[in-house]
Amino acid sequence: MEGFSFAELGHFALILALVCASIQSVVPLIGAARGDAAMMATAPMTALAQFLVLAVSFAALTNAFVTSDFSVLNVVQNSHSLKPMLYKVSGVWGNHEGSLLLWVTVLALFGALVALFGRNLPPGLKARTLAVQAMVSVGFLLFMILTSNPFERVFPPPFEGNDLNPLLQDPGLALHPPMLYIGYVGLSISFSFAVAALIEGKVDAAWARYVRPWTLLAWAFLTGGIALGSWWAYYELGWGGFWFWDPVENASFMPWLAATALLHSAIVVEKRDTLKSWTILLAIIGFSLSLIGTFLVRSGVLTSVHAFATDPDRGLFILILLVIAIGGSLALYAWRAPQLQGGGLFRPISREGALVFNNLLLTTATATVLLGTLYPLFLDAMDGSKVSVGPPYYNLTFVPLMAPLLIALGVGPLLSWKRADLWAAMARLKLAALVVLVVAALSLIMLEGDRAYATLGLILSGWVVSASLVEFLQRAGLGRTGPGAMVRRMIGLPRAAWGMMLAHVGVGILVAGATGASLLTTEVITTMRPGETMQLKSLNLEFESQQEVRGPNYFALRGNFVARDADGDVIARFAPENRRYIAGGQETTEASIRSSLTRDLYVALGDPDGTGGMTVRAYIKPFVPWLWIGSALMMLGGFVSLSDRRLRIGAPKRSGARAGGDARAAAPAPAE
Amino acid sequence: MRRLLFVAPLVIFGVLAGYFAVQLGDDPSIVPSALIDRPMPGIDTPPLLTDKPGVKTEELIGEVSVLNVWASWCIPCRAEHPLINQLAQRDGITVHGLNYKDKRADAVAWLDELGDPYARIGFDESGRAGIDLGVYGVPETYIIGPDGHIRYKRVGPITPQILEDDILPLIRDLKS
Repeated sequence: MEGFSFAELGHFALILALVCASIQSVVPLIGAARGDAAMMATAPMTALAQFLVLAVSFAALTNAFVTSDFSVLNVVQNSHSLKPMLYKVSGVWGNHEGSLLLWVTVLALFGALVALFGRNLPPGLKARTLAVQAMVSVGFLLFMILTSNPFERVFPPPFEGNDLNPLLQDPGLALHPPMLYIGYVGLSISFSFAVAALIEGKVDAAWARYVRPWTLLAWAFLTGGIALGSWWAYYELGWGGFWFWDPVENASFMPWLAATALLHSAIVVEKRDTLKSWTILLAIIGFSLSLIGTFLVRSGVLTSVHAFATDPDRGLFILILLVIAIGGSLALYAWRAPQLQGGGLFRPISREGALVFNNLLLTTATATVLLGTLYPLFLDAMDGSKVSVGPPYYNLTFVPLMAPLLIALGVGPLLSWKRADLWAAMARLKLAALVVLVVAALSLIMLEGDRAYATLGLILSGWVVSASLVEFLQRAGLGRTGPGAMVRRMIGLPRAAWGMMLAHVGVGILVAGATGASLLTTEVITTMRPGETMQLKSLNLEFESQQEVRGPNYFALRGNFVARDADGDVIARFAPENRRYIAGGQETTEASIRSSLTRDLYVALGDPDGTGGMTVRAYIKPFVPWLWIGSALMMLGGFVSLSDRRLRIGAPKRSGARAGGDARAAAPAPAE
Repeated sequence: MRRLLFVAPLVIFGVLAGYFAVQLGDDPSIVPSALIDRPMPGIDTPPLLTDKPGVKTEELIGEVSVLNVWASWCIPCRAEHPLINQLAQRDGITVHGLNYKDKRADAVAWLDELGDPYARIGFDESGRAGIDLGVYGVPETYIIGPDGHIRYKRVGPITPQILEDDILPLIRDLKS
């Protein structure tokens, strides 16, 4: 370390990145306008350079955290020498400045990936896309250097740091921000492609084929990131909820909904050369929602449990960035989009029609979430009253939108392009319908008919899973060939077909998980002393003992519980903890969860009641593991589809206008 | 007409940005307490120390008093404590403490270390009194008028500026 300072190196690298990004945002644009190949060729070079210097900067900050360099203010505020190594590293992005650095690094990473793998892109489109991407970088780098320098020094350096918020000291949350950022910053590439296409004034099937893999990549990571965050909330907050409709959760969910819509509408552009201006708009909206989310989380206009330390000056800076980026791109859209020529016509009942229906519902859902998130803000601006919009609003608006979407999800993939026969498609789902009836009957018996919504949720789940499987199996020749031939055909099916099936099945499984977690939970909250027992349905839960334990940077009160079934056999043991962190004195709850395939048993400790007893919360949560299994399948589906040869970034250019010419798009045996 | 459709997203975003601009700078975490200018809820906490009474609502009526909610595990409480000590030394100002979700031994050791400015200290081990008062998190500071109505509430540590600009003038007004 002597004579060489990593922190200043990191700061210097940031400024260097700004220089690279500035060049990258101007020169290739001029080059593309003039048709100057040399100028356009600066785009990939500067994109790679920008990413490399940002990687150096990121490494410098990581180094400061790992070595507990308390002469760096950011490390003092967010780290502690006793903290386990994993959380020293995750502390890098567990704060405003560091997470911004991660943000711009991911932004530059995507630019570099396009530079590396986009060899087949037309040079004009590539230059413009990278230039637009760099403009976003310039904005955020300026923001960092001017208001949020992560390398600020402090003198004299203190001996010890303030520690990272203990709620964030968790393996799930250590990985959540990078995944989430790869997801929602990754949408910047779709945005840059859209803006570049508007500048060029040309959107065709080839454009859609360039954009889809990037959107898919971002979408898969966003799915994983949101699922990790939800998993964290589930076991760390101690209330057994997995989704709270908190503004910050919504900030990641809205881009996800928009990206999901974009994935589907881009298929229509690719296959049928229509819905162009709509797809462009979705690409702009998707990343705009990421930006708005960033603004909401960091400006302090909304309160949230997840909010970073806020500062109105920073808020104003991001707002100006928002106005330039979103306002600018939407203005460009208003100007150029009307000139985009629409392609093939289609009937309402057709694959396109189903995808439009999907898009309508998804965008309405996005708008609903946006309205719910911002409503407190609107009301506050009007008359200063404070409200919060919670689950009742979303149950009334968001959930009903999902039901028709899930029904359509089962039928859509069976419809043929242009014009389809709904009844023929439905007839092919007889098997799926049969499965659904069985699930419905079983659910009704299980639930004794008193929980209609839960029944509906499980039926929808069964429908989505079985319809997706039936569609896939039929494509592999179900009922037409023998099992051996079917397996061979299945293996031969395009990866995109596998991906779609996996993702759709994932959605169905997720729906069951959400139904179980929110509607079918059995909960008992009571005060217990060691030695006492409680009854949780047929389970007998005994509070055996409590003990004080010491962790690396906290003290904890641990309760030991044992659950027995009706015969008195031990089913599971639990050791929930209440932790108090030494550095900041904050308390966290560590719930103890035992998962099986069909349910979670969940025990969390509350506060002492002052007379020797403890508040104990115990839950039986059916199907909750399915939430994570479903999310993982969706993510897997995204990656499998991404590995499809046709979508591979370097895939040779093909004419995509021939409807049905592509095995992936061809509905098996169109009805006519 | 078709053109208007393409301008709509821009217009919607414009309205949104307008709202953002208006809201910027307002601190949304300042929640108007439902208890301001209302009688203080009835709490009755046992004493923390053997030689000082606990905090009981009825006994606070008749004079202007400051109620400071704190805990030994709370670092911001430690930061604001010198100011609470100063406040209590001023003439005619009574400061009471409510020890929140703490262990008795830890709380006593904390007072030994940092000084005990309080006239009364309630021991709210379970946080029950805190719930009645509507405590979000420690530290919190309340000013209670002679009529037993809550006149002021501060969530978070007090600062020299808050002490000079808000707390002392209000106490002066209430006394006159």
